[in-house]
Amino acid sequence: MSDIQQTASDLYEQFSDHVDVTEDEIEERLDKLVSEYKVPLSEARRSVESHYLEEAGLERDDIGSRGGNETVQVEDVDEAEQWVDITAKVVDLWEPRSDSVGQVGLLGDPTGTIKFTKWAKSDLAELEEGGVYRFGNVVTDEYQGRFSVKLNRTTTIEELDEDIEVGDNDETVEGALVDIQSGSGLIKRCPEEDCTRVLQNGRCSEHGEVDGEFDLRIKGVLDDGEDVHEVIFNDESTESLTGIGLEEAKQMAKDALDTTVVADEMRDLVLGRYYRVTGPTLGRYVLANDIEELSAPADAEAVLIKARSM
Amino acid sequence: MSQSAPTREVARRVFATEFNDATFSFKESDDERAPVYSLLPTGERANRVFIVGTLTETEDVGEDSEYWRGRVVDPTGTFFVYAGQYQPEAASALRDLDTPSYVAIVGKPRTYETEDGSVNVSVRPESITEVSSAVRDRWVVETAERTLERVEAFEEEGNEYARRAEEEYDLPLSRYTQGAIEALESLDENEEVEQPA
Repeated sequence: MSDIQQTASDLYEQFSDHVDVTEDEIEERLDKLVSEYKVPLSEARRSVESHYLEEAGLERDDIGSRGGNETVQVEDVDEAEQWVDITAKVVDLWEPRSDSVGQVGLLGDPTGTIKFTKWAKSDLAELEEGGVYRFGNVVTDEYQGRFSVKLNRTTTIEELDEDIEVGDNDETVEGALVDIQSGSGLIKRCPEEDCTRVLQNGRCSEHGEVDGEFDLRIKGVLDDGEDVHEVIFNDESTESLTGIGLEEAKQMAKDALDTTVVADEMRDLVLGRYYRVTGPTLGRYVLANDIEELSAPADAEAVLIKARSM
Repeated sequence: MSQSAPTREVARRVFATEFNDATFSFKESDDERAPVYSLLPTGERANRVFIVGTLTETEDVGEDSEYWRGRVVDPTGTFFVYAGQYQPEAASALRDLDTPSYVAIVGKPRTYETEDGSVNVSVRPESITEVSSAVRDRWVVETAERTLERVEAFEEEGNEYARRAEEEYDLPLSRYTQGAIEALESLDENEEVEQPA
């Protein structure tokens, strides 16, 4: 089923009780907007929704969480543009960076955490940190491999008198460290507030030439012979991995008049060793919060028994 | 979903005996820049390998410019590793490392035909680092495990590379099972021998 057909069938479920319409008609409207007028599907959906709301004399809130949304858990969110219901705790509220955002932060349930955005103009109740809510009709979104949910005008919020144990989305990967990618070692970050982009030749892609601030980072690849996992070590975990801290790294670079000596030294120290790394995922990366070097030999006996039986 | 970043090739685990038997290489597409794979006799394609062994000998075999050859020994045989001006880090590692020492190497399989028409297989290293004996022992067990897994999956229906290996090679799989067994058994014997890191 195409995305348009899926959306048409969702809308049909939402509106079939209210207006006299067929699924094909809805699909035709969506298709016209998407194929002919090149409107993104989410906008097309909104537009078609508005049309039928008007026809039925309804407000957006009236159809709210109807239409058979799937109730999902945080870990189930793996596709953008899905209309879902979710029960979660507000783990964290962040400072909105734009006037169009009413509230932004982190929702959590036993399966993990996910970012949420509540639009200022959607006129919804204020969420409180630590509060547990049942959200009806939120839409999922994806940016660079990270998923989020957006609360919108049609979202229903019901505060629940219960607590939720919030789980983490930590992943554990292990293997030999087979590569340290460029942009590792002693790096400079943009000092502009909230920017932290890594500078390329002293330039930030957003703020131009700036006086960077030194930081330590390793972007590495763990490979177990079957899969590769990309891993990011921040300053703290880079130090625990290599034994080289920020001050020492700065001194090394100063002595050599070259920052790349730091990454070279780190390569010698960690490439070819086996590690087990645990942490949250960010896009295709695992952020290494917990690192263990696998220095003990694996269990040869078990493999030997298997080999002899073959 | 965004699939913009090309998928990185997995580094296969393979013992020297099997690696050196893998004389057939191929591309999956006609594109000039398509990756080259070596066909492992146990039925897998390898564009990259991770090997750990004892560096026993290094020699500059270049004529005009430096071209380093290293011999890296595992329990089943010897890997030949070549690094020249286009692998400067690996070349300088071969220049500087003492022998014998344990090394971990990430690299690409390369084949070349000799004057007498036989095909030699070597490793073009991406990185070479000195490691401890514990890393080497871990690699032996891991490589034995991966080898056995490939042998086990060899007869499976739809195992494309196993069928290709059957066509290209006339080598009994028992050669690799036996190699894995001997490699594992060798771990017991030299347990006491500690190499300074």
